[in-house]
Amino acid sequence: MRLRRIFFRVVMAGYTENELAEDLNQQEYRYGFVTDIASDVAPAGLDEQVIRWISEKKKEPQWLLEFRLKAFEVWKSMQEPEWAHVAYQKPDFQAISYYAAPKQSKKYESWDDVDPEMKETMSKLGISLEEQQRLTGVAVDFVMDSVSVGTSFKAKLAELGIVFCSFSEAVQEHPDLVKKYLGTVVPMTDNFYAALNSAVFSDGSFCYIPKGVRCPMELSTYFRINAGGTGQFERTLVVADESSYVSYLEGCTAPQRDENQLHAAVVELVALDQAEIKYSTVQNWYPGDNEGKGGVFNFVTKRGMCETQAKISWTQVETGSAVTWKYPSCVLKGDGSIGEFYSVAVTNNFQQADTGTKMIHLGKNTKSTIISKGISAGKSQNSYRGLVQIHAQAENARNFSQCDSLLMGSECGAHTFPYIECKNAGAQIEHEATTSKIGEDQLFYCQQRGISEEKAISLIVNGYCKEVLNQLPMEFAVEAQKLLSISLEGSVG
Amino acid sequence: MLEIKALHASINGIEILKGLNLTVKPGEVHAIMGPNGAGKSTLASVLAGKEDYEITSGEIVFVGKDLLELSVEERAREGVFLAFQYPVEIPGVSNVNFLKTAMNEIREHRGLPALSAKEFLSLVKEKSALVELDASLASRAVNEGFSGGEKKRNEIFQMAMLEPKLAVLDETDSGLDIDALRIVAQGVNTLKTSDNATLVITHYQRLLDYIVPDYVHVLFDGKIVKTGGKELALELEEKGYDWIKS
Ligand SMILES: Nc1ncnc2c1ncn2[C@@H]1O[C@H](COP(=O)(O)OP(=O)(O)OP(=O)(O)O)[C@@H](O)[C@H]1O
Ligand SMILES: [Mg+2]
Repeated sequence: MRLRRIFFRVVMAGYTENELAEDLNQQEYRYGFVTDIASDVAPAGLDEQVIRWISEKKKEPQWLLEFRLKAFEVWKSMQEPEWAHVAYQKPDFQAISYYAAPKQSKKYESWDDVDPEMKETMSKLGISLEEQQRLTGVAVDFVMDSVSVGTSFKAKLAELGIVFCSFSEAVQEHPDLVKKYLGTVVPMTDNFYAALNSAVFSDGSFCYIPKGVRCPMELSTYFRINAGGTGQFERTLVVADESSYVSYLEGCTAPQRDENQLHAAVVELVALDQAEIKYSTVQNWYPGDNEGKGGVFNFVTKRGMCETQAKISWTQVETGSAVTWKYPSCVLKGDGSIGEFYSVAVTNNFQQADTGTKMIHLGKNTKSTIISKGISAGKSQNSYRGLVQIHAQAENARNFSQCDSLLMGSECGAHTFPYIECKNAGAQIEHEATTSKIGEDQLFYCQQRGISEEKAISLIVNGYCKEVLNQLPMEFAVEAQKLLSISLEGSVG
Repeated sequence: MLEIKALHASINGIEILKGLNLTVKPGEVHAIMGPNGAGKSTLASVLAGKEDYEITSGEIVFVGKDLLELSVEERAREGVFLAFQYPVEIPGVSNVNFLKTAMNEIREHRGLPALSAKEFLSLVKEKSALVELDASLASRAVNEGFSGGEKKRNEIFQMAMLEPKLAVLDETDSGLDIDALRIVAQGVNTLKTSDNATLVITHYQRLLDYIVPDYVHVLFDGKIVKTGGKELALELEEKGYDWIKS
């Protein structure tokens, strides 16, 4: 199976080291362009009126409007969190537009009906429509500014009873499923950004795998932030029914802009008894320029609920955004359930990342694994924040955490904040942490073999991240490797 | 091929090489011996272009090029290979991936197309057989967890893969058992042609039984103080360095 991704212009099939070299020569953020499609934009600001407007625009049922309004009330009573190890100018929530839909009245019947301007954007992202259609084995739900413009392979999935569509569509067509699970994993009261998202979420993806079904393809969704001055509030809900399996990929790019753009998504995963969800993300949103100007603020709440013997694994490669605040978590509620978190977070220039995970052990014989690899370069700050919580009734719970930091240069910082709360004496918790610098000797060794410094760094870094990259589907991993190289360009010497 | 003239090099303001002269012609094997701290590894590092060393005067001409003008990787691509006294470990990077990257960079520099996966792998097979390198080591991470001897053998394997014009072996024999010593020497001999040259840094004349040098030099206090044939190594083994120092 071959996948083509929108993050890279280079098609993977013919991937050679030379192409990697070309990538390395490309210093600028390569997705920094703005598509000029007339948007249907909500006026800036947030009040009850705006929420009603969004809900009406999307022809939502009354219960969902009520959900939004309730969340808005909750949000108004909350404070933006201060505890993360990041410093930034707080967004002015009244200066943001909360909804932008591409001005297209009719839904696309086929890819050929798509606006040429939009096609141009997609080809800049390296994915031609023709290619998309020829893709076998990948269903891509392409989200451009909040509204899903196309979902492919739906028919094939439908045969198996799998639902994979935009969130709005799910609200219309599978309201019972949405109503049953929405907000059950991440309640609207969870945190400031989750409450905001619950009030104003625009669109996102919905996925349901029926009992006993193994989804035969990787489901993937791409998010891009497009219109200027708009925040993006994606809502993703993945429900894996008993004994089902799904691997879900999410990738993102955002065009280059001067002002910071806000992104506050909520992702909820529900793994019912014996189900397994593998959720992989590669995030390369615009990190701001090398003086720290611009860039995306990425405040995301991701959480999964594991029922009996269910398993959720989060794998993330984070290279983008000016400020990242993100803690994909697992609630190990059912006995024998398993949670995993594999993360690579790269920060360069003035980027700040505060990311990690929470593993909440409630059930007996629950097991969690955390592998976190932080890489900091330039003047960036990279923090790992992880919580392992073992509740009293969680007999025989086990956790293994490994948090490594790699520093490039002397002006960056790496910080590790592991929190362990253990209320059961029988639990077994292991924590390992290392901090290292890219060794001059390693670089010299590579260069003595004819390898350029940039490529040597890329080799060493990829070697360092291997345990995490190995968790990604193969083709995704190759791209993630290239992404790492691009993000770290020019960071030594 | 290699001409070093009145080379002075220092590190942290301390002069280590103090007017070193050496001429190596294609097809020759030169052995460099000398007491600990004499500057042998320093010479190897300076040839490879390690930045820590400051070249205060002198010149190095390598196949008609001013070597001191070239970066570390350019020197390597021009054909300078250093088998390290202490090879470093690069966790997570497989030996084959590492070598493939190196080879293709070198080939690109020489205007050659990248090797196909098939060509590359058959080369790996051929060359690892030459130094009897266990096949599993080729796919393991570069030197990670290798025994001392395996690391040295891996250096020669890399040399065989990259086919340099000038190979500098810095104490490749130390830490090798008798069999490994013979295998490594055999590898070096097999790779020898009339176009390439080898600089063997060693403390033991034993290696020179296997790799027969055309010249033996004694490096002492940053200079080459004596040059002779193969028999000089035997003499050194017998008498030590004191008679030369004085
Ligand atoms: N960073 C440094 N600062 C100061 N002195 C140094 C530094 N690196 C090397 N030296 C000195 O340079 C001298 C030459 O070292 P070198 O490693 O070249 O010796 P060698 O001939 O290879 O010795 P051996 O036979 O033990 O390998 C030694 O006295 C060493 O202590
Ligand atoms: Mg030495």
